[in-house]
Amino acid sequence: MMPERQSRPCLALGCRLNEKNQPLRVLHMPERALRLNGPSLEIIERCDGKHTVQEIISELQKLYSKAKPENVERDILGYLARLHDQRALDFASDGGPNGTKEVK
Amino acid sequence: MTTAIPTALALIAELTHRCPLHCVYCSNPLEMKHRADELTTEVWSRVFREAAAAGVLQVDFTGGEPLARPDLVDLVRAARGAGLYVSLITSGLPLDETRLDALVESGLDHIQLSFQGSDAEPANEISGTRAHAQKLRVLEWLKRRRVALTLNFVIHRRNIDQLEEMLSFGESSGAGRIEFANVQYYGWAFANREQLLPTRDQLNRSVEFLRRAEERLRGKIHIEFVVPDYYAKYPKACMGGWGRKLILITPNGDALPCHAAQVIPGLRFDNVKDRSLREIWEKSEAFQKFRGEEWMSEPCRSCDRRQLDFGGCRCQAFLLAGDAAVTDPVCSLAPERSKVDAILAAVDESRAEPSAKPDWLYRSNPA
Repeated sequence: MMPERQSRPCLALGCRLNEKNQPLRVLHMPERALRLNGPSLEIIERCDGKHTVQEIISELQKLYSKAKPENVERDILGYLARLHDQRALDFASDGGPNGTKEVK
Repeated sequence: MTTAIPTALALIAELTHRCPLHCVYCSNPLEMKHRADELTTEVWSRVFREAAAAGVLQVDFTGGEPLARPDLVDLVRAARGAGLYVSLITSGLPLDETRLDALVESGLDHIQLSFQGSDAEPANEISGTRAHAQKLRVLEWLKRRRVALTLNFVIHRRNIDQLEEMLSFGESSGAGRIEFANVQYYGWAFANREQLLPTRDQLNRSVEFLRRAEERLRGKIHIEFVVPDYYAKYPKACMGGWGRKLILITPNGDALPCHAAQVIPGLRFDNVKDRSLREIWEKSEAFQKFRGEEWMSEPCRSCDRRQLDFGGCRCQAFLLAGDAAVTDPVCSLAPERSKVDAILAAVDESRAEPSAKPDWLYRSNPA
């Protein structure tokens, strides 16, 4: 599925980054670990339930200003969708600052 | 030519061989380690630190039943403190809510809870214990706690036709992952093989059913399906390749490249009480024996798939062909494949099976 731009991705239960001081940075998931390079680490560090998808895109476009903005956007959307399909990410709908939907 | 030593990524910690269940397909060896031989909390804690320093990322606590260790909470804390991701592979016995809270608070990342089926009676027959009701209780406790959950169903001939019931049970359990893992034929499962192998028809139906389920649940629940490799065209990449990714420590500290490696005659295993984990990983005779490609004979040696499946499982090669250095006989290209085909033919002929309880060899329990 394609993530919505106003949703706020956060790591799913059982998924977490390993500690910063370790030589190899990975995203831990149940029964597996995903190696993270520069851009993928920048994305995952922003999957904190606070950044919206759009904010992640904008920040990485600034960080990787030499790359074409539309390529950065496409790559991020594809990466987030893949991680969601692998049950590594949840997308909280927009609603409040914590990414929690307000119950009306 | 020397083989470059890869980095170990995961540690399988067999904390004990003790277990309240007596599953007929247990992967433990027939000869088990006694409680008195088990590593202490201190030695395990050192092993976790050495593992993390050597590059290991994750540890699976397994057994036997890891809950049988009174120091399990301390072990979880030690492994987390070393920087590892900690999974508990468990039957859910013996456990109460207080202990579960302590495990979660000590940093447990993930629980894999095993089920022998979705119905009590056949499940209890397989485990030789009235364990099913307790597993349901544990599942309810887990729903109210923040810890990742995988349900693991062990699949075989007597329950493979009930996948639909197991799946709908699993979907309502709150688990993020469901594994349908066909029995692999080592240890006690090898002894009970004739009663456990599904027929080809059964397997084909199950593959089709789970393929559709996987599609439907994508992004909601991750479905993992492990086929019995006797039916596969190519062997499994056992342990991700011998001495390539995984290291298993037995309850008394022997370091093995594969769960069943002790069946291979003449292999010498180092013990974590005598040498550091890194030293064992890099230099132990057992790990070097089948690392890389030097040991391979034809058809593996010139096969395009040798970097995909690494020749299959060395222990299975020994169990089925009597030689640990030949191509895994489950491979369709293996000279010894006819032995596997003969076993499968016998399974298909025995299709009209009696409803009576088979003559199971139940897993015993060490002192």
